[in-house]
Amino acid sequence: MLKILKYSIYDLLRSRWSYVYFIFYLLIGFVLLFLNNDINKAVITLMNIIIVLTPLIGTIFGVMYYYNSKEFTELLLAQPIKRNKIFMGQYIGISLSLTLSLVLGLGIPFVLYGLFRSTAIFDFSLLILVGSFLNFIFVALAYNIALSTENKIKGFGYAILMWLFLAVIYDGLFMISLMLFNEYPLDNFSLIATMFNPIDLSRILILLKLDISALLGYTGAVFKDFFGTNKGFFLSFLVLCLWIIIPLFRMSRKLRKKDF
Amino acid sequence: MINIKNLHKKFEKLTVLDGLDLTINKGGISAILGPNGSGKTTLIKCLLGMVIPNKGDILLDEENVLKKWDYRNNLNYLPQIANFPSNLSVIELIKMVKNLRPKESNEQELIDLFGLNEFLNKKLGNLSGGTKQKVNIVLTFMFDSQLVILDEPTTGLDPIALIHLKKLIKKEKEKGKTILITTHIMSFVDEMADEIVFLLDGKIYFKGSVDKLKKQTNETDLEHSIATLMS
Repeated sequence: MLKILKYSIYDLLRSRWSYVYFIFYLLIGFVLLFLNNDINKAVITLMNIIIVLTPLIGTIFGVMYYYNSKEFTELLLAQPIKRNKIFMGQYIGISLSLTLSLVLGLGIPFVLYGLFRSTAIFDFSLLILVGSFLNFIFVALAYNIALSTENKIKGFGYAILMWLFLAVIYDGLFMISLMLFNEYPLDNFSLIATMFNPIDLSRILILLKLDISALLGYTGAVFKDFFGTNKGFFLSFLVLCLWIIIPLFRMSRKLRKKDF
Repeated sequence: MINIKNLHKKFEKLTVLDGLDLTINKGGISAILGPNGSGKTTLIKCLLGMVIPNKGDILLDEENVLKKWDYRNNLNYLPQIANFPSNLSVIELIKMVKNLRPKESNEQELIDLFGLNEFLNKKLGNLSGGTKQKVNIVLTFMFDSQLVILDEPTTGLDPIALIHLKKLIKKEKEKGKTILITTHIMSFVDEMADEIVFLLDGKIYFKGSVDKLKKQTNETDLEHSIATLMS
């Protein structure tokens, strides 16, 4: 698996898109710091970008890589390697190279600006950590979709719909249900509903830590009340891990029966 | 060498292999022929473990290979379409495949034979179709394996490369290897194959030498006998 991983990363690190993505983050980092003139504020703005953008890029990269390397995967499948290892190697390769773009792209401007001397270092690290989680989660989801869909265009369509659903539509439905049932106690419902969406979960995780959960209104208050900050923190991370493990588990099951 | 028993494969409602039985003895070149969609590639992919059959057994040297993977170390496969990661160079790809198989390889000899030396440091994405196919051939033949499977090996090759390929296949045969080829080019079959396996409707319709096929169909050339077989 390590060999496949090595070559996937190698291949991706030389692709133009990895650099476009890296430079994009680099620019965002510099621009935000320049406009806000304050690391703490920049971190909050950045959160809003990362939480929507990393899932989108992860989804697109995942699907694109799967379909583009299809013939090459077939060549690998004819080699004496287990199927699972080929796809795990590719999956980790994409996720890691995206994470690298994220860490370096944002890390460089913030470190140059004096991150290590600022109090925001913890918040910033959390942001990067959550961004990395989102990369791993959405590449896994995208690989699941691609593995189950032979048709490239359909696969792309489903993947984008999945992102749209989790990033936008889910929140809308969530809000509508909160408004419709606001006469009932909704604490448990909103907690559970949050767990079922990695984007919401990440957002809340960061907001809780940024200590501006009051801005979040209801959900934030419920989260603080229910878990106390530390417990909620670990539970959220556990759920984020499940969001990686469950798609990977499904992927390896699917691979056992898949024809290439 | 290869022993396939009662192999069934359905893709949704389409039955591709329907109780196929086939025995191929060790050594020699067998051409797998059949009209488009007759299940040639599916059969080969079942053998490689890329397509998982619904029913049946595949034995290589008396050993069941379904759901296994290490037997592929003793098998070389030339896929139909050669499409490699466009960011790697030729030499990197060769090194990578070598890295994946713990085996002796003689890639330099083949690189010289097909004149690929000047392309070694070029990115795979910038190569022409024929050159890619040459790289594909190098990757397939650089290992010493008992079973060699070639899916449309002649695609995109120029006449000189084709001559080299034929020599290469004959040389492998002389070493006592078992070679399976699918192709639609009958002159290639006529020249190379010891045995013809003709697939129709997911079953073996004919199996035997080129001469036997010609006699059975009362035709003098292979192309027409195959056409007679199909009709």
